[in-house]
Amino acid sequence: MSAFGELLKRDVLITWREGGAVGTALGFYVMVITLLPLGIGPDLNLLQRIAPGLLWVALLLAALLSLGRLFEIDLEDGSLDVLVASSLPLEAVAVAKCLAHWLSTAVPLALLAPVLGLLLNLPLDAYGPLVLSMLIGTPAVSFIGGIGAALTLRARRGGVLLALLMLPLFVPTLIFGIETVSSAIVDSGAFGPSILILSAISLASVVLAPVAIAAALRLQVQ
Amino acid sequence: MDLGPHAAYIWASFGAAALILLVLVVWLVLDGRQQQKMIAELEARGVRRRSDTSG
Amino acid sequence: MQQAQSLTQRLANPTRFMELSATLLPWLTVAAVVLTVIGLVMGFAAPVDYQQGHTAKIMYVHVPAAWLSMAGYSLIAISSFGLLVFRHPLADVSAKAAAPIGAAFTLLCLVTGSLWGKPMWGAFWVWDPRLTSVLILFFLYIGLIALRSAIEDEALAAKLTAILALTGIVILPVIKFSVDWNSLHQPASVMRIGAPKIHPSLLWPLLVMAVGLTIAFVALHMKGMRNEILRRRVRALRSAEVQMAAGAASPLPAE
Repeated sequence: MSAFGELLKRDVLITWREGGAVGTALGFYVMVITLLPLGIGPDLNLLQRIAPGLLWVALLLAALLSLGRLFEIDLEDGSLDVLVASSLPLEAVAVAKCLAHWLSTAVPLALLAPVLGLLLNLPLDAYGPLVLSMLIGTPAVSFIGGIGAALTLRARRGGVLLALLMLPLFVPTLIFGIETVSSAIVDSGAFGPSILILSAISLASVVLAPVAIAAALRLQVQ
Repeated sequence: MDLGPHAAYIWASFGAAALILLVLVVWLVLDGRQQQKMIAELEARGVRRRSDTSG
Repeated sequence: MQQAQSLTQRLANPTRFMELSATLLPWLTVAAVVLTVIGLVMGFAAPVDYQQGHTAKIMYVHVPAAWLSMAGYSLIAISSFGLLVFRHPLADVSAKAAAPIGAAFTLLCLVTGSLWGKPMWGAFWVWDPRLTSVLILFFLYIGLIALRSAIEDEALAAKLTAILALTGIVILPVIKFSVDWNSLHQPASVMRIGAPKIHPSLLWPLLVMAVGLTIAFVALHMKGMRNEILRRRVRALRSAEVQMAAGAASPLPAE
C-alpha cells in the first residue's frame, strides 16, 4: 500500500511542478467557455439552456488535452520499465496514475466549472449539481482516458489520436453528467437516476479500466 | 416503375448500397491482385521463406 | 485426436485457410448475388406499405446494414479475444480485414437511415437514438483503423487495437443505453415517431436480403483475410530476401 501511496504522491507532485500542465488545461477550459458565447451570441436564455452541455464538453476536451502526458514522461525517462518490473501489480500502478490525474487535473477543472457557469448565466440551483456531477463523473474521464493514453503511447499523432479513440467512449459519462445538471434547471425529476447511473459508470471504469491499461502497458514496454 | 413522391430517396438509398458494395469489391480484388503480383515477383527472384519446405 | 479438433483449430494453419477459402469464395459470391437479387425482386413485387408507401423499401438495405454493422464489430471483438487470449494465428488477420468492411456497412446504414428519415421526419438527421448509436459505432470503427495505422510495429498494433476493440464492446451497450435514455428525457421538440414498423408482407423479402447481404459480408471478409495473408507473405519474403542479401555480403553467418 505504501508503494501505491508513494507513486500517487510522486505523480501529483510531478504534474503540479511540471510547469503549467494543470494551468494549460485550466486555461484551455476558460478559453473555450469564453469563445463559445461569442460565437453563439449573448442570448442569456439560450446560454442557460445549453450551459450544462457546454461546461461538460469543454471539460472533457480540457481533460483529454492533459491525458496524453499520463504515461509519456515515464516512457521517456525509463521509469515505466521500473514500474512494470516492480512488485506492485501493474493494475495498481494504473490506478495510482489515473487517480493522480484525477486529483491533480480533473478536480481543479471540476472546481473551475461553477466559475465558468457564471459566464453562461447558470441558475443558482444548478451550481451544487454541477460540481457534484463533475466530481462524480470525472473519475470515469481519467480512467477511461487512461486506456487511450496507454494505447497511443508509441503512436504517431498521439494527442489527436487519443481524442479520436476516446471521445466516443465518453458518450455515456457525458450524457448522464449533463442530465444531472440539466435536471436541476428544468426540474425534470431525472436528477436521482442520472446521478446514480453516473456513479455506476465511474465505479465500473475505476474497476475495469486499470485491467485494460495494464495490458496495454505490458505490450508497450516489451 | 412508379415509386411515389419519394422515389429519389429510394433510388439514392439503393444507389448508395450499390456504390459502397462496388467500392469494397473493387478495392479487395485490386488489393488481392497486387499482393499476388508481388509474391510472383519475389518468387521469380528466387526468394523462399524458411518455413516453405514444399518449395 | 484429429477429429476432436474444433473448426477454429483446423483453420489455424494459414495455408489450409487459403485452400479452403479458395474453394468456398466462388460459391459464397454466387449465393450472395442470387439471394440479394431474389430479395430485391420479392421486395419490389410486395404490396406497398400503407403507412410509409414505397419509402419502406429503403429498409431492405437499411436493416441488413444495421445488423451487419453490429455483427461486424462483434466479429472484431471475438477475433480480438482470440488474439489476446488464445494467440490464434488468424485472429488478427480476421480483425484487421473486418474493420473496413464493417465500417462500410455502418456507413451504408447511416446513409440509408438518413435518406429514409428525410421524407419520414422532414430532416436528414433528427438525433434518433438508434441512428445516433450507429454513428458512434462508426466512430469506434474509425478509431480501430486509425490506431492500427498509427503504430509502426505491426504485432504491437494488432494487440493494442485488440484491447481497444474489447474496450469498445464493453462500453457499447452502455452507449446504446445512454443514448436511448437521453432521447426519452429530451423536451418534446424532438420528433417522436416510433420505430419503422415493418408490415409482415415485407418481412420475407427483408429476410432474404438480410441473408444475402450477410453472405456478401462473409465473402468480402474472406477475401480481405486472403489479401492480408498474402500481404504478410510478401513481407516475410521481403525480409527473407534482405537476410539472404545480408548473408551473402558478410562472411559471418547472420545468426
